[in-house]
Amino acid sequence: MAGIISYGAYIPYSRLSRELIARAWGNPPVPGEKAVANADEDSVTMAVESSFDCLKGIDRAKVNGLYFCSTTSPYKEKQCSSIVAAAVDLGDNIATADFANSLRGGTSAVRSALDSVKANPDQKFLVCAADCRSGTPHSADEQNFGDAAAAVLVGDGPDVIATIEDSLSVSDEITDVWRREEDRFVQSWEDRWVIQYGYTKNVEAACRSIMEKNGLTPADFGRAVIYGPDARSHTALVKSLGFDPKTQVQDPLLTYVGNSGCAHPLLMLVAALEQAKPGDRLLWASYGSGSDAFVLRVTEAVSRLAKRRGLKGFLSPKRMLPSYEKYLAFRSIIAVPEEFIRLFPSATAMWRTRDWVVRCHGSRCRQCGTTHFPIQRVCYTCQSKDDFDEVRLSDKKGKVFTYSLDNMAGGLDSPTAQTILESEEGACRIYALMTDVDASEVDIGLAVELTFRKFHEFGGFHNYYWKCRPVRGEE
Amino acid sequence: MESIRDKVAIIGMGCTRFGELWDKGPEDVIIDAAYEAYEDAGIGPNDLQAAWLGTMSAHWIGMGGLGLAEPLKLKHLPVSRVENYCATGHEALRNASFAIASGMYDIVLALGFEKLKDTGFPGLGAGRGMHPVLEMRRTAPGSFALIATRYFHTYGLSREEGKKLIAKIAVKNHKNGAGHPKAHLRREVTLEQVLSAPIIAYPLGLFDCCGNSDGGAAAILCRADLAKKFRPDPVYIKGIGFSVNPIMPHYEPGFDWTGFEVSRVASSAAYEQAGIKNPRKELDLAEVHDCFTITELVIYEDLGFSPKGRAREDIEAGSFEITGDLPVNTDGGLKSFGHPVGASGLRMTYEVYKQLQGKAGSRQLKNARRGLSQTLGGHPNVCAVAVFGNETG
Repeated sequence: MAGIISYGAYIPYSRLSRELIARAWGNPPVPGEKAVANADEDSVTMAVESSFDCLKGIDRAKVNGLYFCSTTSPYKEKQCSSIVAAAVDLGDNIATADFANSLRGGTSAVRSALDSVKANPDQKFLVCAADCRSGTPHSADEQNFGDAAAAVLVGDGPDVIATIEDSLSVSDEITDVWRREEDRFVQSWEDRWVIQYGYTKNVEAACRSIMEKNGLTPADFGRAVIYGPDARSHTALVKSLGFDPKTQVQDPLLTYVGNSGCAHPLLMLVAALEQAKPGDRLLWASYGSGSDAFVLRVTEAVSRLAKRRGLKGFLSPKRMLPSYEKYLAFRSIIAVPEEFIRLFPSATAMWRTRDWVVRCHGSRCRQCGTTHFPIQRVCYTCQSKDDFDEVRLSDKKGKVFTYSLDNMAGGLDSPTAQTILESEEGACRIYALMTDVDASEVDIGLAVELTFRKFHEFGGFHNYYWKCRPVRGEE
Repeated sequence: MESIRDKVAIIGMGCTRFGELWDKGPEDVIIDAAYEAYEDAGIGPNDLQAAWLGTMSAHWIGMGGLGLAEPLKLKHLPVSRVENYCATGHEALRNASFAIASGMYDIVLALGFEKLKDTGFPGLGAGRGMHPVLEMRRTAPGSFALIATRYFHTYGLSREEGKKLIAKIAVKNHKNGAGHPKAHLRREVTLEQVLSAPIIAYPLGLFDCCGNSDGGAAAILCRADLAKKFRPDPVYIKGIGFSVNPIMPHYEPGFDWTGFEVSRVASSAAYEQAGIKNPRKELDLAEVHDCFTITELVIYEDLGFSPKGRAREDIEAGSFEITGDLPVNTDGGLKSFGHPVGASGLRMTYEVYKQLQGKAGSRQLKNARRGLSQTLGGHPNVCAVAVFGNETG
């Protein structure tokens, strides 16, 4: 039966203590912290991270499609799934689609992928969801929202770790939570009505309906994995459905991640699957102008899943932002001096070099074996021309060969850690800025990995490329 | 391959004051450098048969030879603009020399200048190159700091030992330049000042880095056999080496980050032409590319002044001070003059020229007969080395 074959997660390394936000506005302290995308991250880069995690142990040639889901897509017009698919180095002959604007876009994409797999059981679809929503400064949303991404691979066959026994949706027209094209911050109507007639009514309806349809009761489920916009509403809903909040309910991850919008249902599912045992039945539901609900059953294959970071691996490594202002600057909510950078924007140059700019391919000389990055048509070592194989470097680790900590290069992460890394792939040398790092950690020999980041906006478009970061977290 | 040795002579040079020349435009810097050179050679613009302009500022892209022909009103001469990163000044000198050596011209002008202070940024800009992201936030201090970090690591210097070692180069160069009327930064600094200065790109601090300056320098070159018609003390070109490494060091497989093959190749070529076997003994002074103190350190090794990995002993012995056995950067170097990119190679050559003529004033070395100027630039992967002497043979 079709279902989930693999999963991945991503929580940005930066976290903001809620107390700092409260203190900035003279409010009483609020517990916990929220995950905050770095200044060089957005929903696309986070989706790439979670997709890499999801693809651990998966043959990329067997992935037939990638769906990118977000309410904070970096482009209003231009597909982002194609960027993610290229960055994780999937093939060209795949389906890509963006599921935008809806908080339940992630689960809607899983339903869509499921339909495709049911029609073509040998196909696999990667669904990645990411969000970095901004709450109005001084609002409860600002305290509540966090940035994250999660991904699942939907397919069929013996590798399915959780079959999807059934799924259904309800749709409801309600203007409870929204953001217009010109809005920077999420808007909403009075919360009592939003919770009662938006979230609670719709999610309850979907959950009750799928349980009834399948002749199941709360007692039949190991875990209820139900999206919650806030802890109180979530607890009230799961109790009302008849689940025991202590033993049966997946924590909504609001205290240490925050509400990650479109990514959140998938992130909660990842958290549940990390702890699931074969035979566990999961009730999974999202919310957003209606609800998608699923019944999943964990299989024996879960024990064979290749190691990955998942939520656990990304949650514990972190750095606390030193100030609320730093977060505001990351989000461009406050203006900071522009960087003086002499680079010439060119969409054609980025396109022409996409095999290394986006796919992070190097070239391995067929004559002498030298591995180069970026791709070199003429080998530096033996001068062979056009005689090389492309090799993917993005998923290879490396070590810092030398570095500098540059105060002149500018940017919100000054001093800029500039590194020469030596990849484990053919000792290939790469000049890479290091991100998500404290200057005191940088040293010769430090183990690093590559990460897809936003570089600049010259030319009026997003220029993405690769940086490195210290290898952190268990896999 | 032929040698350039003794085929070309310098018969006049000019050098502007270096510094923050807010009140001078590119044309002023060019005119001031050229007219000092004319006067020194005893010629006028109409005696020139060709000219080369070296400049690399981005806002000059597209100016070609006009940038030189216009301010100097060089009427219908073949004027070319050349650029080769920090070796741009030497590139103008090299092309002009080869034109003379070819027999095509008798008298030509090579002029280099830069107006960095018109860019609105106190450095050369963060991020380089023609690709939109490849060199994002790469800076010159950042790239040379990569050398310092790895050099310290390779030769077992602690951060403190390494910083202190390169700081001595800053102290030396500032001392040499303090009395130079044309230098930008005319003051001595102490070791403590250097070590406690703010970090620009770790491990390089403020005094490990050269300043950003405006300035220009010029040379009038002529056929060696005609030189004495113009002056009794011409300076002869003994050798010119130039090397370009075909990949950014940042991406070079196996690059050791403790020195530069381009410097080794360019200096070997220049020494061979000049007939120099032991540069440490046979050179009387060297003007080298101290864009950063660590650069000067690895140049000692790359140019054969110190054995590889052992510059420390010579620095600590004071060998390269003005009183040492091979004075380096007697005019104060880039540390004191700053680095108006296109000018530097010719500014260094100006010091060698003056020293070989015995006209270096308070900095004058005894019996200086052979000197060298060297620039290193790019990522860095471009090096020029020129050797000069005050007599033929």
